Amino acid sequence: MNITIDKMYCKGCEICVNACPKGVFAISQERNRYGTFFPWVMEKEKCMVCQLCEIMCPDGCINVEMEA
Amino acid sequence: MNTLVEKYIKKESLPYIFCPGCGNGIVLNATIHAIEALGIKEDTACVSGIGCSSWIPPYLNMDVMHTIHGRAIAFAEGLKLSQPKKNIIVFTGDGDCLAIGGNHLLHAAKRNINITVIMVNNYIYGMTGGQKSPTTPIDARTKTSPYGAMDEPIDGCGVAISAGATFCSRWTVGHPNQLKKAIREGITHNGFSFIEVLSPCPVQAGKSIFKERDSWKIIQRIKENAVVTSKWEGGDKEGKMTIGNFKKELKRKEYTEKIQNLKDEIIYKSNGR
Repeated sequence: MNITIDKMYCKGCEICVNACPKGVFAISQERNRYGTFFPWVMEKEKCMVCQLCEIMCPDGCINVEMEA
Repeated sequence: MNTLVEKYIKKESLPYIFCPGCGNGIVLNATIHAIEALGIKEDTACVSGIGCSSWIPPYLNMDVMHTIHGRAIAFAEGLKLSQPKKNIIVFTGDGDCLAIGGNHLLHAAKRNINITVIMVNNYIYGMTGGQKSPTTPIDARTKTSPYGAMDEPIDGCGVAISAGATFCSRWTVGHPNQLKKAIREGITHNGFSFIEVLSPCPVQAGKSIFKERDSWKIIQRIKENAVVTSKWEGGDKEGKMTIGNFKKELKRKEYTEKIQNLKDEIIYKSNGR
């Protein structure tokens, strides 16, 4: 399983951090080109692939991929 | 970038024009999921009017039309009558649909034409700077109601149901999976479908209505203020807004079919003479 976040288009609204029922995401201390703090994948093992973050991200930045 | 979103979006026009935390992106995602589930990308056209929510279709990599203020439903009706095989989805906001475009909503619902209207209700005129809209709650202090809004807010679903819409549902952006299902059902329904989405506007509504800047907290507030019902019993229940799939009626005839029947009849009569 692989979770990627597109830092280029993330606007730092933090919806994904709160929407994830397992608390996989956390806010990083780096800034992207908007000057906002983007999320990063903290506890990948906890992810249960509900894909709620994918649909809740208003900018479509998060991609959750199952390994074949 | 999400692979499914990437498939449907014009990548050259990214990033979206929406503010950080805007609910329009979630509505767009839900629509993309619904279209993908039905597999109707080539047979779908999206129409929108003016407003924040009307910026949803221009990013889609399919047939889209960005039209004049309030007339999105009128344009959609014309498109449906000229191309009856297309599935038409209209994206419109609360100001676009209930204020200036109110009369088009009434007549489209009355005719029972097969289009799907997705009304994104953010309680305020976001694009023009936070003026009072028809759905602004009482006592909200906006730019044009500095002493608190006096008017009773209009309930979009109530208007659509009383005008005779045959499919009606309301969800919040905090219920993305239910919203996805409702949009899918609305597209497949043969008749006028009205779907209202309660959405956060962290910039304008956050300033004047919710007194909150964090988008997630506004989504939670909207969710807490809503109660799920299975059928339409009025817009309010114990002071909370009702949400759910309210109505599905299959008896009434669809408008484009009626027009086609009339056309056939006239051609038959004129040939018989």
